[in-house]
Order: sequence, then C-alpha cells, then structure tokens
Amino acid sequence: MMRAAVIVFPGSNCDRDLAVALRAAGADVTMVWHKNSDLPENIDLVGVPGGFSFGDYLRCGAIAANSPICRSLKAHAERGGYVMGICNGFQVLSETGLLPGVLLRNAGLKYICKTVGLRVETSASAFTQGYNAGDVVDIPIAHHDGNYFADAETRKMLQSEERIAFRYTANPNGSLDDIAGILSPNRRVLGMMPHPERAADSGHGGTDGQALFRALATNLTVA
Amino acid sequence: MKARVEVMLRNGVLDPQGEAVRHALGALGFDGVHGVRQGKVIELDLADGTSEADVHQMCERLLANTVIESYQIEIS
Repeated sequence: MMRAAVIVFPGSNCDRDLAVALRAAGADVTMVWHKNSDLPENIDLVGVPGGFSFGDYLRCGAIAANSPICRSLKAHAERGGYVMGICNGFQVLSETGLLPGVLLRNAGLKYICKTVGLRVETSASAFTQGYNAGDVVDIPIAHHDGNYFADAETRKMLQSEERIAFRYTANPNGSLDDIAGILSPNRRVLGMMPHPERAADSGHGGTDGQALFRALATNLTVA
Repeated sequence: MKARVEVMLRNGVLDPQGEAVRHALGALGFDGVHGVRQGKVIELDLADGTSEADVHQMCERLLANTVIESYQIEIS
C-alpha cells in the first residue's frame, strides 16, 4: 500500500480533500503538522495541499517553505521520494526551490474559481501515467496567484525535458506558455495549480482527477 | 539599529497590480502616467552589531524571491 503524508500548515484548507482522494485510491495517509521536523518513516509520497498557508503573507508559500517540516520535505525529495504540491502546495514547492519558477498574481487580478480544461502534456511520470499525452481533462482551479512565471531559458528547458505536465487549453491567469503544472528533473515532484482532488468523486461533479491518484497508488505500491 | 529593505519586481516581470494602479490614476484624470511599479518596504528593527551581510541573507532566504524580485538594503 502506498504510504502518503499530507502536510498541514496554518491556513491549509484542501488538506483533508487531498487525504480523502488519496485514501479513495488506496493509500494509507498520515496528516503531518508543519511544526513537526520529521516525516513519518517509510513515506512514499508527501502531499502539499492547497489553501492559504500563513495567510499568504509576504509571498504565497514563502513562509510555509521555511517551516520545520519543509527541511524533511526537501530531504525526502532529494532522496528520490515523491512529492505533489497542489495550488498553494505548488507555490510552496516553488519557494523551496524544488521546482523552478514562481506563481505571480493572476494577470486579470481576479481570484478565479472554475473548472478548466487541461491538456496532459506527458504521461511519463507516476502522476500522469493514467492519462495519455494529449488527453484533455476537466479540473477545477481556485486561485488568485496562479500566473506561472519563469525566464525563457527555464521554460525552454522544461519544454525540452518534457517536464510540463499540464497546460491550460484556455489560459485563465496569464501563465507563460499556458503552464498549469510542472515536474522536477527526476519527474518525482509535481506542482500544479488545478485541484485534481476536487474532481475525484462522482459527488464532485467530475472525476477526471481520479486517474492521477490511482496511477500514483499503483506506481508506488510495487515495493 | 534599523534596516529598510525595498523589494521590487524585476524589470520584465509583469506587474498586474501596478498596471491596475496606473489605470486607476488615468481614470482620476492624471494623464501622462506611463508606468506604475508596485513594490514593498520592510523595516527591520535589529540588534546592534547585526551586519549588512546578515540582512543580505535575510533577503536572499526569505524577504525577496530573487527569481522575480530585486531588493535594496538601507541601514540606519
């Protein structure tokens, strides 16, 4: 069984949704408070949930990225562990430096909460293996700061290494190159602004996110 | 001692908030505002003997995200 930890910061509000989606896919999930300096042992996946950690003070995710648990999170990633950051979790991962770039204020300055189309750009990761490259899935977004920015050189590298996991089919927030989610060089760290955990149950009105959690559970259960 | 840190978005990084302020100034009748960039000022009250290098580290590690922001330190 995949063993997952979901980090909880003050202001996280998608932590339980993420845990529910992971459990539904068959994972054993432990919630971990940000002040803990250690993750539980033998964790396969760390989930960094959405929300407004520390009230988005200073910059979204900046203070959370310096929480005690984030040292262990970085060590987990550097050991080759899996990490997924959704929405505020993506902002936290970019602030830790585990993923390149930054999420800026939406170009239209508005908080956007709606379901958008995402094109799966690569199926070559434990997160996206349940999709085919080119698939378009419907996943909700809910953010004020989701406007992906990285310099041209970084974006060229992401493109050539096929590390762009998802692109918006109709760019809602000004993200450069329509980027909605990216992978680390070893493809084991995913950051994405859209919320697959909000499209993981028929009660949600959509289930396009389920394949992500199921693929993870299948991939990380082998050992 | 005190330090004043000014954090600004780097040139070339879109500043939608600054743009919104520019539009609002135009709506108030202030013509000729060609650009607005919005940043932040952080005032630090520091123990005597804190070095400028320490403040530099604070900026690098937390106060600014140097991917998109530049900073200036003023010690007084």
